[in-house]
Amino acid sequence: MAERRLRVATASLAGCFGCHMSLLDMDARLLELLPHIEFDRSPFTDIKQLSPCDLGLIEGGVCNAENVEVLLEYRRKCRILVAVGACAITGGLPAQRNHLDIGACLQEVYLTEPGTTHGLIPNDPELPLPLDKVYPIQEVVRVDYFLPGCPPPAEAFWRLLSDLVAGRTPHLPRELIRYD
Amino acid sequence: MNTRLSFLLDGAEVPFTPGQSVIQAALAAGRYIPHLCYHPEFTPHGSCKLCTVRADGRPAAACTLPARAGLQVDSETEELRALRRTLVQMLFAEGNHFCPSCEKSGNCVLQSLGYDLEVHTAGFRHFFLDRPVDASHPDILLDFNRCVLCRLCVRASEEVDGKGVFYLGGRGVQRRLLVSSESGRLADTDIAVTDKAVEVCPVGVILRKHVGFAVPIGRRRYDVKPLRERALEDAPRGEEGTHG
Repeated sequence: MAERRLRVATASLAGCFGCHMSLLDMDARLLELLPHIEFDRSPFTDIKQLSPCDLGLIEGGVCNAENVEVLLEYRRKCRILVAVGACAITGGLPAQRNHLDIGACLQEVYLTEPGTTHGLIPNDPELPLPLDKVYPIQEVVRVDYFLPGCPPPAEAFWRLLSDLVAGRTPHLPRELIRYD
Repeated sequence: MNTRLSFLLDGAEVPFTPGQSVIQAALAAGRYIPHLCYHPEFTPHGSCKLCTVRADGRPAAACTLPARAGLQVDSETEELRALRRTLVQMLFAEGNHFCPSCEKSGNCVLQSLGYDLEVHTAGFRHFFLDRPVDASHPDILLDFNRCVLCRLCVRASEEVDGKGVFYLGGRGVQRRLLVSSESGRLADTDIAVTDKAVEVCPVGVILRKHVGFAVPIGRRRYDVKPLRERALEDAPRGEEGTHG
């Protein structure tokens, strides 16, 4: 019987895609992994609908209503959910707005400062509403594992994926734990 | 001369001289006990609890516990490691410790403790503090959002610099680092960039200006060698203390 491949979905919430780039940074070892994994919904595949998955990798914190919806869906459909990178784990750079009032932020950006919006706070119904604060994802859903780093080193992604493919509990060795 | 005094640390003998604390004797003997608010040059403060050990079965801070002949000290146990991990996690949740934006990254004791204790996440809800920084001084920046209340700068300024620039005020969750000038601003104190108080901050509160990224990330103090090795290098070694 052919080996069942590990089905992996990824998402970038309030992130910069740097963590996704770091995953790709494992270079040729991706070829070693590919016979054992397949990507579901992810910026890598452009698949829009999430199917039930073994693993969900979440980059970025939760900054707006769409992030909440995406994150909840990933939690529902992914057996294992991993917070990837400083922003998913701490809120990160976007969370540096957390000590400011969101109303005052919007006021400053769209009304006070000169810009292209002609004195209007964007209110198109298609735009997701920003949250009062940017939240680390584990403050919104249960998270199984964490890959710290900005971004986590490619080796950390390799360890996580190769451990899971081999059926091991993922373990991040000391030298791969970095917060910066 | 077989009268040397000793206690047992994780089953191995550690010699000490009367008056030494458990952590002093351990570090002098080349044995590391994790710590944050302890510094070999200053009076112990005993507040961070990172150096908590079990001495004859009872929890105690190794920095304030006098060494005693025959004492049985346990430090590297899973129980104590879990306790230390939780303490570090609480500190990360309480302050704004966003390493990628902090100049102290790589030179930070809290960060390096996190690495050693395999902390992957703060594990508690982040406080997201909002304390104004003090950039009034031409050579020194204060970011109070990262303070862990270790009192090292207070002790250094009092005991070494003889200035008393810093103090801790407030109680409980309101406790914080304050500057002892009438205006409360650092510029109105006689602090100098060469003061011990500036050097000793283990986190990114007291920062020297103009040198931010002179040493790049990846080549800094704890990037090159882990905290436990640095702590042993820094520990004073008497001739009594050099035996493992």
